[in-house]
Amino acid sequence: MAKMTMVQALNMALRQEMEKDDRVVVLGEDVGVNGGVFRVTEGLQQQFGDQRVLDTPLAESMIAGFSIGMALYGLRPICEMQFSGFSYYAIHQLEAHASRLRHRSQGRYSVPMVLRAPYGGGVRALEHHSESREALFAHIPGLKMVMPSGPRNARALLVAAIRDPDPVVFFEPKAVYRAFREEVPEEEEVLPLGRSQVVREGDDITLISYGAMMHPTLAAADELKEKDGVEAEVIDLLTVSPLDDSLFTQSVRKTGRAVLVHEAPRSFGPGAEVVARIVEKSFWSLEAPIRRVTGYDVIFPLFAREGDYLPGAARIARAAREALSA
Amino acid sequence: MPREKIDLPYSVDYLSILDADGSVDKTLEPALPEDLLLRMHRVMLLNRRFDERMLHLQRQGRIGTFALTTGHEATFVGSVAALRSSDWLVPSYREAAAILWRGGSLENFLLYFGGYDEAGWVPEDVKNLPISIPVGSQTQHAVGLGWAIRSRGSDEVVMVYFGDGATSQGDFHEAMNFAGVYQTPVVFICQNNQWAISVPRSRQSHSRTLAQKALAYDIPGIQVDGNDVLAVHAAAVEAVERARTGGGPTLIECVTYRLSLHTTADDPKRYRDDAEVAIWMKRDPLPRFQNYLLAKGILTESKLAETEEAIKTEIQEAVDRAETRMKEPVDPLHMFEHMYAERTPALEEQRDELSRELAAGKGDLSHG
Ligand SMILES: Cc1ncc(C[n+]2csc(CCOP(=O)(O)OP(=O)(O)O)c2C)c(N)n1
Ligand SMILES: [Mg+2]
Repeated sequence: MAKMTMVQALNMALRQEMEKDDRVVVLGEDVGVNGGVFRVTEGLQQQFGDQRVLDTPLAESMIAGFSIGMALYGLRPICEMQFSGFSYYAIHQLEAHASRLRHRSQGRYSVPMVLRAPYGGGVRALEHHSESREALFAHIPGLKMVMPSGPRNARALLVAAIRDPDPVVFFEPKAVYRAFREEVPEEEEVLPLGRSQVVREGDDITLISYGAMMHPTLAAADELKEKDGVEAEVIDLLTVSPLDDSLFTQSVRKTGRAVLVHEAPRSFGPGAEVVARIVEKSFWSLEAPIRRVTGYDVIFPLFAREGDYLPGAARIARAAREALSA
Repeated sequence: MPREKIDLPYSVDYLSILDADGSVDKTLEPALPEDLLLRMHRVMLLNRRFDERMLHLQRQGRIGTFALTTGHEATFVGSVAALRSSDWLVPSYREAAAILWRGGSLENFLLYFGGYDEAGWVPEDVKNLPISIPVGSQTQHAVGLGWAIRSRGSDEVVMVYFGDGATSQGDFHEAMNFAGVYQTPVVFICQNNQWAISVPRSRQSHSRTLAQKALAYDIPGIQVDGNDVLAVHAAAVEAVERARTGGGPTLIECVTYRLSLHTTADDPKRYRDDAEVAIWMKRDPLPRFQNYLLAKGILTESKLAETEEAIKTEIQEAVDRAETRMKEPVDPLHMFEHMYAERTPALEEQRDELSRELAAGKGDLSHG
């Protein structure tokens, strides 16, 4: 097994799926000759040619709408939004059509496309380059919203997304892109969409997160163990929608306490849905108010303040201690 | 009944006055006042030197990502110089020179790209919108401003900037269509620098010119040598005059070149030939204009050296002020400012929460 960054692991997933299935097509702004501004599509145009890897004109709505047409014909388009902050142009096509064509045609058509986009803060970027707006997509019935947290699960989830018969929005945490390496097997590995994972077992409290925020969440779990002797159970959602609530509601029945972490703004964020599921399904086991450690309901600050905006291990550990002492 | 050619009164001109070799078309040469010419030159030179300095600062990690502007000076200065201060400027993210022309401060540029939201502030008496990063989107605001101006019987004009890549966006076409329908006083400046990051102009649009896109909306369109500040200025003056007197919008395609990086995060070696850059280096707008002024005796070598020196000092002072500011502690609670006219209860709660977090563990909030 080779040690890879998330960028390399995603690149491998794309390359291997393109080798296996000639219906798979990659398109977007600067994805060909330039290999994508983060190099996720590096080398693909050289290997597969410009009929499989398209450098498109600059038009996100069209890139999404074009992908829908390709998918309707039977291709497997994977389109890239250069940053998730520019994917809102594509929401209309996703909401009005990609998510609905199966239903509208009563099963005759489907839209097996993937829309990839780097999301999230922590990279000292310009305005619109740091947001985490997964809730906008997760709120659309008919779409799936996937958010990996590390190189290995990113690769395995992207393969599943490409093979999925329905439209998938795939948000890649750009703060994790090159942050560390992980063993990623060369052989095929697929993680089913819509399944969360317990990444650390514990009996005292349940920490729930996904994407880039898994890392401060795990660091908080370490700190809680070292300093407080607390065993936190940590759950990685992996897919935000459809949300798999089986593991976290079960975990809360065991621990009675939960902290939810995301970098998206708090109000109406995915955390609200997680909390609702816990209340609906594990209410009688709760021993403390559920805490949300999230971004604030503000415009993502420019980088002089992004460290104060983004949830960090210390903030998560403090919220956990409050939940533990309630 | 027959099939016949519809006689449409359209054509697209190309305008060049001062070419790359320094020869001037005497019939087209505008009679501009010397102080205007000197001011144009100074802002072009300031922009160039500031761009170089910002790149240096970015490479040392002292500021963050920004879009370079070297090579675009004639396009931005030639056009913005046609505006009155009562007119509106609607920029994208690359028009440093136009913003500097309109009183923008070097220090604010440094602070903004140093990660400070405060630096987005626009002085009350300056009618510039803040920079707009989503490509093409700002064209629509320009048209709305233009409509509002007409509805209030004012003669202000709006100048909006965008790149060649932006002409592929629906937003741009929708803006042009509204501008045509409502005959708004908007001058669309398409800064065609041949590249949208790695995508060349030829692969951005099948149209032979970008100027011709105006014709579909029955708007006048003209292509100018965007490295010729006199040509850009002449075209802009004509368009601004038309807009001001009720003649509606114009699209000006300025043919220029991005001599440097797209942004500091970009590596053009991956997608373009040095040979192409070398060709465009010879068309550099700055020496071309400088030589013109020297030849006319408006500028002298000693005056040029003085200007260089003054600009160097101006930049250094701005860098010093910005760096002093950046060394002071940042107030994290500032992120809760300017969300709404009045802070909502949820924001008050979250602001208090962040205050407590800061008190509890100052300095260890970052997830690094
Ligand atoms: C809607 C949108 N999509 C993508 C981007 C990322 N991006 C920034 S600049 C750029 C290229 C723009 O090219 P052009 O319009 O020619 O302007 P230039 O940068 O060359 O001045 C891209 C793709 C963006 N800022 N906004
Ligand atoms: Mg361009």
